[in-house]
Amino acid sequence: MSALIEARGVTKVLSGIVPVTLVQGINLTIMPREFIAITGPSGSGKSSLLYLLGLLDLPTTGDILIDGRSTTVMTEDERAEVRLSRIGFVFQFHFLLPEFSITENVALPMRALGKLTSRAATLRAEELLASFGLGDHRHKTPDQLSGGQRQRVAVARALANDPPVILADEPTGSLDTLATSQVFSILRDLVVLRGKTVVAVTHDLNLASQMHRRIHVVDGRLANDGVVTAAARTH
Amino acid sequence: MSLILNIAWTHVRHRARQTLVAIAGVTTGVGFSIMMAAMMEGSQDDFIRTLVDALPHISVTDEMREPTRQPADIVYRAAEIHGLTPEARRPGIKNPMATIASLQSWVPGALTPSVQSKAVLRFAGRNLTISVVGIDPRTEADVSNLATHMRQGTLASLYRASNAILLGDRLAGKIGARVNSNITLASAKGAIMSATVVGTFHSGFRMTDETTGYVLLKTAQILEMQTGIVNEIRVRTRDPMEARLISERIGEQTGYKSISWQEAQEDLLSAITLRNVLMYTIVGAILLVASFGTYNIISTITHEKTRDIAILKSLGFRTQTIRSIFIIEAVLVGLVGAVLGWIFGYLLTRGLASLEFKTPFSDYNHLPVLYSMKHYLLATGVALVSSLVAGYFPARAAARLHPVDIIRGAT
Repeated sequence: MSALIEARGVTKVLSGIVPVTLVQGINLTIMPREFIAITGPSGSGKSSLLYLLGLLDLPTTGDILIDGRSTTVMTEDERAEVRLSRIGFVFQFHFLLPEFSITENVALPMRALGKLTSRAATLRAEELLASFGLGDHRHKTPDQLSGGQRQRVAVARALANDPPVILADEPTGSLDTLATSQVFSILRDLVVLRGKTVVAVTHDLNLASQMHRRIHVVDGRLANDGVVTAAARTH
Repeated sequence: MSLILNIAWTHVRHRARQTLVAIAGVTTGVGFSIMMAAMMEGSQDDFIRTLVDALPHISVTDEMREPTRQPADIVYRAAEIHGLTPEARRPGIKNPMATIASLQSWVPGALTPSVQSKAVLRFAGRNLTISVVGIDPRTEADVSNLATHMRQGTLASLYRASNAILLGDRLAGKIGARVNSNITLASAKGAIMSATVVGTFHSGFRMTDETTGYVLLKTAQILEMQTGIVNEIRVRTRDPMEARLISERIGEQTGYKSISWQEAQEDLLSAITLRNVLMYTIVGAILLVASFGTYNIISTITHEKTRDIAILKSLGFRTQTIRSIFIIEAVLVGLVGAVLGWIFGYLLTRGLASLEFKTPFSDYNHLPVLYSMKHYLLATGVALVSSLVAGYFPARAAARLHPVDIIRGAT
């Protein structure tokens, strides 16, 4: 089985009067069907690493390979194309477009990719929303939904183009306990039932312990990358 | 609806108040531009039309274009001549009928001989200096609109009495003369004659109506005390715009001073050109100001939509797509504003054309306006280009946003 995402010696330095190193010398490989937690203290570079893995940012040195293809040599448009078709994003805040209905929000990536007609994209968006228990809310705008519901819409949008990888940045960070549990279940089901790879940045060690692999980042470096034991998961 | 158009439309629709203000700006700009262009070009066309109708298109007079050269000038390269009095020249065009016949063979239009004279008109104790024009009534109608300007009598009335005269209606009114009144004319050459008023005309030009009288060629020749004199040949060309070229050719052929209406009114036509430059500058300025409104709304939207832009880019929207969204928003504002501006401009032009006013120079009491599609297309074109430019810069800035910077800021 080939790697979905591979980081090779990735370093990210923010230039300025005092250069700041966000991520340093990261090497890691993400395989299909993995459920990965990226943990670490605040400011350790977890989110920066996620943005680099998701091609939202370019490494200062090193390379990110998606499906074995180097992305540093790609143009911005080519990287955008990879994001659109191969990666789904879920952020701490839902980041839905407020003027559009949730169906339109979910249909946006499909319409941008252009493989489906507007009508077909809408139908698929409605199906996705229904699968997350939001079928009755499909005509509503994001401000008419609760925080947990919005985050479920964000997950549906991330799945719009059926990407193999979902990158989530603190997906439960702004949710209450119940909503956190619901969203986490959805993310786990994506791996278990739909065969996706989910990489989630989280502060919540309890959630991290329920995932299959944990990458611990400290001061921008990979402090630990290990499989979470079944015992730990059940614990 | 395409995705880009869909997003652009949603953005402007959700900022209804700001969008309406921007559209109102473009509407006002386009409307006033159309009105100004209609007014300026309308008055210009009307002015030129009146000028062309009132004056002969070409006037060939008995003056020489170049002064007569002295024999010494012909023989030597440089000659200094002192105390020389020019040779007295017999006034009038030589062999006028032969000249007219020769010109008629190629000039596209009509020609007529006339005699220009000055005389003092005496009537009821009043003395007024007037221009007396000797004409041939049979050919006059071919070169001027005098026949259609007649208020009393006709051109043929000049044959009704010996020394008959047609007076401008204002002139007749000023001295209290009526048809069949007998007036006295005293020319500069010393000829004095009694003349009978056989009709009045009204050209619409105050100067002409107050100071001109038409008589038969023969009568004017008597006033000039020179039998057979013709000191002007008037030409009406089929195409008034060709007058300048034809005039030059007539001048070359006859050696006499031949002046087209364009040359005679060169100062006025230059003023019209200057006026057009001013007009288009003002119109451009109006639309430029309107484009500031568009710039404002697109800048506001892009500023407010920074987070959405980051979201779209993180989803995988291309830079070009993001830029297109905001440019299309600007074009939407420009297009809707322009279409409403057409209606506004048309109504303004109609309103302006219905206004009545008095001018001391002519009888026209409605502002002449020109309805031309060119004005609408020009204003729309400038409005769209302005909107495009106004939208481009905020759109470019939006497309350059780095999604990570905004996402970090939001989280």
